[in-house]
Amino acid sequence: MTSSSEVISPGSLAAVTAEPGVAPPAASSPARTASPDPGPGRPGWVQSANGALKDNWVLLSLLCLAIFLAIWQFYTAATKALPGPWEVAQKSWFFLSDPFYDNGPNDQGIGILIGYSLMRLSLGFICGSTVAIILGVVLGLNRTLYKALNPYIQVLRAISPIAWMPLLLYSVQDSGWTALLVVFMASVWPTLANTAFGVNNIKKEYLNVAAILQMPMLAKVFRVILPGAGPAIVAGLRISMGSAWVAIVPAEALLGSLGLGYFVWNEWNNLDIGNVIFAILVIGMVGVVLDLLFNRLAKVLAYTD
Amino acid sequence: MKVPLLRVENVSKLFYIPAKKSDYCVFDQVSLAVEEKEFVAVLGHSGCGKSTLLNIIAGIDRANSGYVFLDGKETNQPGIDRMVVFQNFALMPWLTVSGNIRLAVKAAFPQWTKDQIEERVRKYVEMVGLKGAEHKRPAELSGGMRQRVGLARAFSVNPRIMLLDEPFAQIDALTRGVIQEELVRMWGDTGITIFMVTHDVDEAVLLSDRILLMTPGPHARIAQEIKVDLPRPRTRAHLVEDQRFHDLRQRIVDFLTMKHAA
Repeated sequence: MTSSSEVISPGSLAAVTAEPGVAPPAASSPARTASPDPGPGRPGWVQSANGALKDNWVLLSLLCLAIFLAIWQFYTAATKALPGPWEVAQKSWFFLSDPFYDNGPNDQGIGILIGYSLMRLSLGFICGSTVAIILGVVLGLNRTLYKALNPYIQVLRAISPIAWMPLLLYSVQDSGWTALLVVFMASVWPTLANTAFGVNNIKKEYLNVAAILQMPMLAKVFRVILPGAGPAIVAGLRISMGSAWVAIVPAEALLGSLGLGYFVWNEWNNLDIGNVIFAILVIGMVGVVLDLLFNRLAKVLAYTD
Repeated sequence: MKVPLLRVENVSKLFYIPAKKSDYCVFDQVSLAVEEKEFVAVLGHSGCGKSTLLNIIAGIDRANSGYVFLDGKETNQPGIDRMVVFQNFALMPWLTVSGNIRLAVKAAFPQWTKDQIEERVRKYVEMVGLKGAEHKRPAELSGGMRQRVGLARAFSVNPRIMLLDEPFAQIDALTRGVIQEELVRMWGDTGITIFMVTHDVDEAVLLSDRILLMTPGPHARIAQEIKVDLPRPRTRAHLVEDQRFHDLRQRIVDFLTMKHAA
């Protein structure tokens, strides 16, 4: 075991302040037993503390799931009010084993339904994000305009996209377009606010370099401003995607547009709670996958000064 | 009469201080001229406004009065003919070494083909000794290597004059010496005029043909001009044995430590 007095590493203040030869306090002691053989040249307890943490979260996560399923099963057995985990698993298997069947508008495979929702989501999201990024760059570059419009943006982003629905439906008189516009509305505001913020906070020196190089406006936007604000923009897109995905379910349910939201509502009308639970799980899973995509994008565009 | 490459005429800069509701005059009526292929250094205390003066020449800051002429033409906008090397490097952190140089080359030669651009990027990467590190981002480089990129970027656009804003202040002393000598070599090879501001006396003497001494602010001005007639190539090792170097250095230090009437 390496003497604690030799250890100076971020996040291990204990090591820096500890007396020479004195074991670092509590946080590290379980780790020490977990991994008694530290790697060469590394302070043992710091490394094993990380390792132990890594092992633990998967176990803890699985434990939480098991507890949840147990409570669910217990509740079901006691009250018979809900379909139990096993029944939901069977229903899930039924849907997942044949995801692309098509027996008319009220009975379609889960793959097709996900496809409808994702199509609507991507179309609305791409349009919303494009508008948001363009407007965000303009506002980010013009402080006066930003200050003038910021109050309205704050008001607009506080409005649930669903609240727009009656007005939109009344205006465009078409449920398909209304669902798209709801997604659009949900997508715009976080990306707009983040883009304006990101562009506004680009270091002055990068813009000075662009000015000295006499870059034309478009080159400046694509080679300096967008990459510079990239991380902030992606953070906005990620929130937008989340809020669009949250909005699309009630929009489809209320407007009767084919998709996951419609599916969950249709199963409720059929009083098939097992299917409703399955639909809820699918909505959650798709949301996680979408978020992971943006996590990847964020990693690609991240930079350190 | 021959027109100097760069001429600064009666340039003054005021900063408004909100707390005092009054203007603070950083420097007052500064005039100077730089000839073609010269290496001129402005030397002064921190806060005397020498970086501001450089920014005004670069066009990224505005003077409150006075003029800047490049090749006899007045200029008050930033331009690729006055490329700046920044103290804090100002490299785009999302671009690689090559990417940063390419950004400048593309801007300088918009009509060039991809091959021509790549050729030039490669040439300047090699010139500053960064071959092998082309694909690294600035965050992965030491301060010395980052400033090599800054220098390569500046030389690659073939400016009329290069403006160096305390370029080696953030680089460790050992590396500094090496890069300073490389800078002199590149200056000789390319024949590009250099205007540098610094607070490092040795650096000014080692590198420049002429040193302009600035008094401390407020109302800073260029009070003296010193010709550095030490033979080139100069190396630190030779200079410390040269009595003229010590005399020059002493003159400058005396000036900088003297009390100046505002």
